[in-house]
Amino acid sequence: MVHQSWQRSLESVLIPCLAVLAALVLFGGFCALAGANPLEVYAAIYKAAFGSWNAWQNTLIRASPLMLTGLCTALPARLGLVIIGNEGALVFGALLAVLVGLACGSGLPGGLVIGLMALASLLAGGLWIMVVGALRHYRGVNETISSLLMNYLAIALMNHLVEGPLRDPNFVTKPSSYEIAQTAWLGALPGSRIHFGLIYGALACLIAYFLIQRTTFGFATRSTGENIRAARMAGLPVGQLTLAICFLGGSCAGLAGMVEIAAVQRRLNESIVSNYGYAGVLVAFVSRHNPLAMVLVSVLLGGILASGGILQRSLNLPDATVLVFQGIVFLCVLYSDSLYGRLFSGFFKKIDYKSVAIHRAR
Amino acid sequence: MPDRNMSFPLSRRQVVRGLLATSAFGLTAKFGTGCSQPTPTGTGDNKAGGKDYVVGFIYVGPKDDFGYNQAHAEGAAAMAKNVPGLKLVEEASVPETTAVAETMRNMIQQDGAKALFPTSFGYFDPYILEMAKEFPDVQFFHAGGLYQDGVHPKNISSYFGYIDEAQYVAGVVAGHTSKSGKLGFVAAKPIPQLLRNVNSFTLGARSVNPKITTQVIFTGDWSVPVKEAEATNSMVDQGVDVITCHVDSPKVVMETAEKRGIFCSGYHANQSSLAPKGYLTGAEWDWSSIYTSLGKQLIAGKSIAKGDIPHILRGGLADNFCKLSPFGPAVSAAAKADAEKALAGIKSGQLTIYKGPLKTNTGKLILPAGKDLKITDIELEKMDYLIEGVKGSVK
Repeated sequence: MVHQSWQRSLESVLIPCLAVLAALVLFGGFCALAGANPLEVYAAIYKAAFGSWNAWQNTLIRASPLMLTGLCTALPARLGLVIIGNEGALVFGALLAVLVGLACGSGLPGGLVIGLMALASLLAGGLWIMVVGALRHYRGVNETISSLLMNYLAIALMNHLVEGPLRDPNFVTKPSSYEIAQTAWLGALPGSRIHFGLIYGALACLIAYFLIQRTTFGFATRSTGENIRAARMAGLPVGQLTLAICFLGGSCAGLAGMVEIAAVQRRLNESIVSNYGYAGVLVAFVSRHNPLAMVLVSVLLGGILASGGILQRSLNLPDATVLVFQGIVFLCVLYSDSLYGRLFSGFFKKIDYKSVAIHRAR
Repeated sequence: MPDRNMSFPLSRRQVVRGLLATSAFGLTAKFGTGCSQPTPTGTGDNKAGGKDYVVGFIYVGPKDDFGYNQAHAEGAAAMAKNVPGLKLVEEASVPETTAVAETMRNMIQQDGAKALFPTSFGYFDPYILEMAKEFPDVQFFHAGGLYQDGVHPKNISSYFGYIDEAQYVAGVVAGHTSKSGKLGFVAAKPIPQLLRNVNSFTLGARSVNPKITTQVIFTGDWSVPVKEAEATNSMVDQGVDVITCHVDSPKVVMETAEKRGIFCSGYHANQSSLAPKGYLTGAEWDWSSIYTSLGKQLIAGKSIAKGDIPHILRGGLADNFCKLSPFGPAVSAAAKADAEKALAGIKSGQLTIYKGPLKTNTGKLILPAGKDLKITDIELEKMDYLIEGVKGSVK
């Protein structure tokens, strides 16, 4: 068994690495067809994403919201729910954060306002996704569809408010809410331009990992995810677990919305809907709903997004190139999912179905 | 080995074969050319690359959208072509988030850009404002006319054109061509700039035939192709026979109009290739001339902060901020003559588009007889009404 366990850990490192490598080769072929030298493309991607402190900052800025929105899919997934309402929870969290921020004004100390805004966004995002969980548990409504549809609700509500009651008439660029007070702006980490969202994201992932892997709550969640009937037989409170895990997931996405407002946009408008939620779904699936892996995958995706510019500016590749790259990477990683438990057995020894079954269920 | 065929689905031989094939593909495709002409891979920071004056352009959508972004991209290409010593770097499909701030920063720090043209309206606040503050030596040009003296950083210039002048002339052509007397306008959102286009187009058409009406349909957003097609189709069904629009990409409207066999008038860029039979003319931005002139000034060392280049640049047909697409095959000689006359009148300043008596389509008097509003009048930038002859409501 010891032997198998190191094989398994080696696999979980090797397989994603090989998948990314395969993706790079495929993408190189694509670039060659588009008329660019693949080696030059690789060098440019590396440089733009991880080549310098400046590039790292660019990557990390793009990665930080993804960690938080990713948790909104990853946490409920451990209980067997496929939730893609990240965008909606983010928007709703941002909406409540702005309302609280505007209500507090500039009278209160900045730290307190930020705290209240964060709290509001956590509650808002949490409750938003909890509705999905409740519909699922009590009424049997498909959680994927309902969470997807709730995205549109949140966006429509936000648009309605910023075009009506919340609108700042002096801001002409696009219909937006008033700006939150400068004291409540979330600053950058010292010596960089990366905002505190990165810390929030990494911390949230760490806590989520601990919660899922090292607590009774996490164990109960995982058991329910593996076999909900067995969990009911064992007397686990499936309903409460569903609501709780949905609340936690949603609150992370809500916090991402608050960070986006307090650190970047400072007022609410349609720019808050910029695909962080859906990118979070990708991150969660690619990292196989493991919160620690999500940190790495977010950074990888952030790097890919950060390199989109250089591909256009220096190599004259079309603007969709970076999306092609992203798509290839994720397809490869998702496909490689089917190789767990087979990597060594296929080449070197007979397959052990029990370990495959265990691994895939996890 | 009972489970032989259930194990790893590829044999070692297949894997090796695959690897060989991949590398062979790579070799035959482009690796070879890449190696024979070793271009410097240090594309990231070739600031020392030379004396070229680097100018960065950023677009919110693709460069070939047949619309807003294409108009800017064509202007940028013309600038690079016409101004020797000027190097262009571009990035398309950049969203209005931190992504655009990062793009501007990279253009400045990695490509050594000394002037930036982030073209989307929504880039301005907060992203351009922040970057302009952080990089006071870089010149920022923004399409939209949002600069406020004393409030915004000194190195920002804001430019925009009175494209409703071109819409008026397009309206003259449409008025001549329409047989049913019904024109159509697919519009995004009721903002002043768009309402000016609707009203000017209608005024142009009614200068030919005072009975003409324009049906306007608001789709609610700048880029909703399905709704735009629906709006076009429904207007054709109502008997509209010339259609124009103000949306980010007029592509769908033009294609639908051509398919339904009616005439169309373009916007933003030249869409004649999308509707070779029915395309009459169109109100186009003429960024090429503006960008070329700005490029020449930049190369000559002029700067916004020092006051050599004004903070607010505006103009219409006479100043080459906008132009008309070449007339299509369906335009009659009479229409051409009248359009040329209107064009000359606007350029010389003798023709005023907004003159009294002018009423809204709800019957409110905007301008009494004898009064008029020049195209530069600030009153027009607050427009929140549709004039008599337009069917539709801004509410």
